[in-house]
Amino acid sequence: MKQFTYTITNPIGIHARPAGLLVKAAKACPSTVTVVRTDGRSAPASGLIALMALCVKCGETVTVTVEGGDEEAGLAAMEQFFQDNL
Amino acid sequence: MKTAAGKTIQNGIAIGPLRVCRREATQLCRTSALTPEEEWTRFTAACGEARAQLAELYGKALDRAGRDSAAIFEIHQMLLEDDDYLEAVRDLLETQGVSAAYAAIAAGERFAALFSAMEDSYMRSRAADIEDVSRRVADILTGRGEPLPQEGPPAILAAGSLTPGEAMALDRSRLLGLVTRRGSENSHTAILARAMGIPALTGVDFDEGWDGRPAVLDGERGCLCIDPDPDFLDAVRARQTDALRQADRLRALKDLPSVTLDGREIRIYANAGSVQDAAMALDNGAQGIGLFRSEMLCLASGSIPGEEQQFAVYRQVVETMAGRRTVIRTLDAGADKHLPGLCGDKEENPALGCRGIRASLTRQDLFRQQLRAVLRAAAFGPVAVMFPMIASLWEVREAKALLEACRAELEAQGVAAGPVEVGIMVETPAAVVMAEELAEEADFFSIGTNDLTQYTLAADRQNPGLERFCDPRHPAVLRMIRHTAEAAHRHGCQVGICGELGADPALAEDFLRMGLDSLSVAPSAVLPLREHIRSLDLSRDAKPASQ
Repeated sequence: MKQFTYTITNPIGIHARPAGLLVKAAKACPSTVTVVRTDGRSAPASGLIALMALCVKCGETVTVTVEGGDEEAGLAAMEQFFQDNL
Repeated sequence: MKTAAGKTIQNGIAIGPLRVCRREATQLCRTSALTPEEEWTRFTAACGEARAQLAELYGKALDRAGRDSAAIFEIHQMLLEDDDYLEAVRDLLETQGVSAAYAAIAAGERFAALFSAMEDSYMRSRAADIEDVSRRVADILTGRGEPLPQEGPPAILAAGSLTPGEAMALDRSRLLGLVTRRGSENSHTAILARAMGIPALTGVDFDEGWDGRPAVLDGERGCLCIDPDPDFLDAVRARQTDALRQADRLRALKDLPSVTLDGREIRIYANAGSVQDAAMALDNGAQGIGLFRSEMLCLASGSIPGEEQQFAVYRQVVETMAGRRTVIRTLDAGADKHLPGLCGDKEENPALGCRGIRASLTRQDLFRQQLRAVLRAAAFGPVAVMFPMIASLWEVREAKALLEACRAELEAQGVAAGPVEVGIMVETPAAVVMAEELAEEADFFSIGTNDLTQYTLAADRQNPGLERFCDPRHPAVLRMIRHTAEAAHRHGCQVGICGELGADPALAEDFLRMGLDSLSVAPSAVLPLREHIRSLDLSRDAKPASQ
């Protein structure tokens, strides 16, 4: 398992459109991607409702874990995605 | 004539028959004669059909209301592919032997309840999204058509609530206005109504018996009138015609310069306190944001946001302005905008207290966060920073030194920062008197007429009993503005006005003659002011000076 932490700068947070984009990116990723909040609650990045219910706001720091498949590639893709969109 | 009050979502006037949309409670058959597997097949087929409808609505919304408004239909499509949602439906089919339509609605309600329980109003509005898609699937399964009337004359539509899907499916050419009983200003339906420019009210307690009766939707006064009296109707018609004519006339000026008949140009910027304001500024033809009130971010949240949050908002404002300059004023909490925990104790005399630059230089930890956020936002477009309540040269020098220290810090950390012009607010008599020296330190001045008036005349502007004594058109105030403009220009420093006085058409001519470079006013005041300036001719004799 590989992971990185990221502080959300998108003013909307992980909701609505940004959440939708993340779901698309996570589904395209060969590994299982999970978003973990600092309070320990987590959601699969491929589940829109679960992600939105996580209620991650701008300025919050989350841990993103990548597990299975080509983890190197998955991690790089996710890091790039978060920087570009969140 | 009967009247029901409501909250205006989109301003405007609509006159026509009221059409009350009665959505009968969906008559759903709970039980099914089919096997769970057969119901699942029906359900997935209906989902496919729903996604196709949503894709079509997405295309329509993209044309009519733009990408941001259309995005909701993309989200709806994704909700129908959500594993949790699909699993909940499957579970209901298998364990309870219910019909596919019932399972779709029940699963939707379950997740909607999850969002409804959240504290955040934005998240609570998302409950409607989930119910909306679930209902769409159920409607396909039960063969129920569009819930809104498709024929008849153009009408004002009244509905309990309206889903974005329903709003977008409406035939715009037959829709005069929109009235809903429920729905928030945040709802997608509200956003769509605004984007499409349809007059709309929410929170209106209408009577279903009003269906088909003549009605007036008055966005200016926030009310719906049924069976309007002839006199009232005539008055509203006249207002409607005027408003449409004026809106057309002003719209034509959106991309034109604010230039007098004899060729003197002045730039008109807008004041803003949020990303929405910036979008409005751009929509109203502002040439930039002349004053971004950063303290509004704090007042909205009740605390001072950190660097990342500020950066996120500033960046969005800068990107919204698409290459037009944004002037960010550093925190100006003070007399009328008290922020807890900024300068400690309650003050005897807050208007003369620890506010503006004084608070920032006292709490440098907070000031640095803000300067870093401003510098980082400047990497995304033209940005200037502006310091409020300046009275002394050393304040400007100290603030500039901190700005440069923050820039060096960001560079050392490898964080992108952009160039930032430095301006100061001229709103104390001391700054006016020191204008020559201050002009050497600053790239531009912005005259804050509201505070300059109260400090020059020593009259508290919060005290309604002093209104007669706190006159911003007092010759002393106007002479201060003239003196500031002349001193600034001698040193190549630009000067503008960002107080309420700047929007006063009666003073526009004076300001132009004083040689001011810019005026910054409320977004809605930009175009009326531009229209007035374009009608002036400075080559003709000056009117009797007001000073």
